[in-house]
Formats: sequence, C-alpha cells, structure tokens
Amino acid sequence: MHIGKKRLGDDIVASEITDHQVYLNRRQFLNGSAVVATASLLPLSMAGAGSVPEPTFLDLKQSPLSSDDKLTTYDSVTTYNNFYEFGTDKASPALLATDFPDKSKPWRVTIEGECDKPGEYEYDDLIRPFTLEERIYRFRCVEGWSMVIPWVGFPLADLLKRAQPNSRAKYVEFTTLYDPEQMPGQSRKVLDWPYTEGLRIDEAMNPLTLLSVGLYGQELLGQNGAPIRLVVPWKYGFKSIKSIVNIRFVETMPNSAWMKAGPKEYGFYSNVNPDVDHPRWSQSRERRIGEFLKRKTELYNGYGEQVAHLYTDMDLTKNF
Amino acid sequence: MSKTKITLFIASLFPTFGLIYALLTNQLGANPIEAITRETGLWALRFLWLTLLISPLIWLTGWNKLATLRRMLGLYVFFYALLHMLLYLWLDQFFDINEIIKDIIKRPFITIGFFTFTALIPLVITSNNRMVKRLGGKAWKKLHRLTYFIAIASSVHFYMLVKQDKTEPLFYIVLLVVLFGIRLYRYHKKHTTMASSLKLS
Repeated sequence: MHIGKKRLGDDIVASEITDHQVYLNRRQFLNGSAVVATASLLPLSMAGAGSVPEPTFLDLKQSPLSSDDKLTTYDSVTTYNNFYEFGTDKASPALLATDFPDKSKPWRVTIEGECDKPGEYEYDDLIRPFTLEERIYRFRCVEGWSMVIPWVGFPLADLLKRAQPNSRAKYVEFTTLYDPEQMPGQSRKVLDWPYTEGLRIDEAMNPLTLLSVGLYGQELLGQNGAPIRLVVPWKYGFKSIKSIVNIRFVETMPNSAWMKAGPKEYGFYSNVNPDVDHPRWSQSRERRIGEFLKRKTELYNGYGEQVAHLYTDMDLTKNF
Repeated sequence: MSKTKITLFIASLFPTFGLIYALLTNQLGANPIEAITRETGLWALRFLWLTLLISPLIWLTGWNKLATLRRMLGLYVFFYALLHMLLYLWLDQFFDINEIIKDIIKRPFITIGFFTFTALIPLVITSNNRMVKRLGGKAWKKLHRLTYFIAIASSVHFYMLVKQDKTEPLFYIVLLVVLFGIRLYRYHKKHTTMASSLKLS
C-alpha cells in the first residue's frame, strides 16, 4: 500500500517544497505577522513545536474551517493516544502500533447497507476521487484533556454521497478492523470488539465531519488510526473512530462500543458539553495538552455555529 | 534512629525523586500533571499496603523488630496522600474553593478520596510515643483500626476513577483481600484454639 504516494510526484523540484519550518509557522503567516519577524523567530518556535518529520502531503488545500488555536506538538499528538486496540494506557499505542497496518495486506473498506451504490474499495481507490485538505481542529477527549491537531483529509459527506444513500439511511455505522494479531489489545475483552461508532445521517453529512488520512502533513501513524479514521470535532474524541474497515448506512440508531460498555456514561450523541457531566467526573473544564492552566470547555467544543442547528428542540441532558 | 530506619526513610523518598527527575527530563508524557497526580496517589496506596504487610510478615518470620518500621511507612502513606491531594487542589482545581466543594459533593470518587484523606489525619497526629501513652494502648489500637477503612476506601476511590480497564485497581484489591484474609484466618484460628483450650481446662 502506498498511501498518498501518487500525490508526491517524482517531478517536484526540491526548491518548490515548502520548508517544513515554514509549515509549522504557517499560522503566523496566515495571521499576517511580518514574514521577516516570523522567520527570525524560527529556531525558537521550532524548539516549542518539537521536531516534525518531513511532510508527505505537499499540495494541501487550506480549509476555512480551520481553528487558529496553537497546535499541539507533533510529539504529543503521536505519543499520547487512546487506542484500546493497542492497550489501555496512553503510551502503549505509540509503542505497539509501529508496524500497523501491515503493509503487505491491502486495506479494504466496505461501504454497504441502505444505499444504491455499495462497494468494497482498496484504500488507494477509496480516497483517489477526493481532494485532500488540511483542517486544524480542536479535539476534546471525554477524559478532560484536549489537543489542536492539523488533520489531513476530506469531508465524509463527499464519500457518502457517492454511495447514494436511500431514504432509509437514517444513521451511519462505522467499524474498526478486528485483527488481534495486528492489534494486541483486542485479545483482552476491555471493549466488545470490534470497535464501532455511529452518527446520525445529518451529522455524518455536516461539512465539519472529516475522514482523515493524515496529520501534520503526513500519513496517519498506527497510533492515530491509520490508514483512515473519522474526525468529528464537536463530539468527544471516542466518536472519532480509528482504522475504519466498514461504513454502513442503517435505519435505526446503532449501538456503539462505548454505549455497550457503559450505557449510563456514554450516549450516542456524546457532544462536547460543559453542562452535561460524565457521571463520574465534570466536563466543565479541560486541560489543553501543553498548557498549565485548565480552560473552560465550550459547548460543541466551540463549533456551535456549524452544528447547533442539528440539535434544536433536543434535550441535551437526555440525549447525552 | 537505627540504620534500617534511615535506609527506609531514604528509600521511601525514591518515588518522589524519581517523579521530579522524570518531570524535569520530560519523561512523563504529554500530560505530566495527570501523571504525577496519578503516581503520587498510587504511591500512597502502595505504602498503605506495605504497612498492612508488616503484621503478616511478623507472624510469618517472628521478626518483631519489623513493627518499628510500620510507623514510618504509615507516615509515608500520609506524605504521598498529601502530595496527591495538594496536586489535585492546585493543578486540577487551582484552589478554587467553590469548584472544590462542588466536586467533593458531586463526584463520589472525589468524595471518597477526600474522606479517606481526612481519616488519615487522626492517625498521623497520634503517630508518636507520647500520644500512644496518652491514649493508652487499647484506645490507640482501636483508633488505628481506621487503617482498614482507609484501605477499603482508597480501593473504591481507585476503582471508580479508572475509566474502563479495571485491571490495575483489581490487582491492588486482590492484594488487599489477601492481606485481610491472613488476618481473618489468624483471628479465626486464635479463637478456635482458645475455645478448645478452654474446653480442655
């Protein structure tokens, strides 16, 4: 599998490639600070950002939906992960998913259920039709910490529309790979494997909902849900299911892995909401990774403008 | 202080130095605050389990001198619990009294943690020879049976705060069951032998 290789192109002259240090400070450029001043600050900000490998996605469109928040370091994004398929502590996924997914096995994604054009696609064929873009999103974990991550991907809606969902497609269910040989955490029944998640069709079609294949300009690493994962920035992180192999249109609300694990603690919607606490801990504040003070958590993780209309007339305490 | 005591005193500080070192060398991961809060709580628990191990060890080895180490281990339980508590008050709540009170009332695991910590205080205050004398051995012993309650409560606190994978708290709970089991077994044996010797006489 050569993820994104076709995008690389062998004919790019070295001088045309954006210096990666510039990439890291691109937000300052966009914010209009003096280029010279920014450039002179490069070594300092590099130290803050930590090292980032050279990007492999080079011609990414910048999204207007991106956040201006300061990026969480590459190091933190790739070493502090909840991915129970590779162990239940934060450090295990980065240590155990180094060879994931097995490059000798093709990654296939099935799209099925209530749609007119179901199909099974190899990874490259699946993403080929879409223009990849970079989107910087806030990411809020249900445990009370958050990050700001520059994802690479395309809107889920673009993919779903191609499958032509029919009128019975009220929800979309996603499934992670089940392969205990590759995912050692699955040999322990911490969750009811395979991991599944779901969205209401209008949530799935919302322009914010992203299928991600990379972050920080590179292909996703195993611990971040390679080769393809969901990113739903206004919901708690566990909704953003990783390493997807199946997308299914269904008529009734699907049960997710976390709903099965704790129906009183994890609801179908799981929208970020400072006023609806997890039964065991408060959700009013969060620790942004890399920051000392906690910050207030915002309703819908600050994406209310784009998504609040999806939940009008809904009791958010009941539909947690 | 005996050499053994000095050694134990220094050894018991190793986790503190280890944590400070790890913090300064950036080895605590992306969320160091969460890591030190968790680790200090875990060390309080470990020291508590060690104090509960002293009696069984004495029964097993007959080495009565071990009893003299128990007080120091107990004080270290308090030391790590205090660090744990302060880290929560400072880095989780930033000493916001309203938030803290709300948290203690609303969150069962915080409530339990708070009362567990409070229960340690009378034990710390009475952990010197003068207080043992003043209270009298019997009353002092009775008071220090609070330790059992503290051990159970901290297990519950630990179990409740873990999101999903309960392996680690269960490991400590199993150890505690063993530590309690030994005591029950011994108590039972003592009473049955006492009863039978009474019959004989």
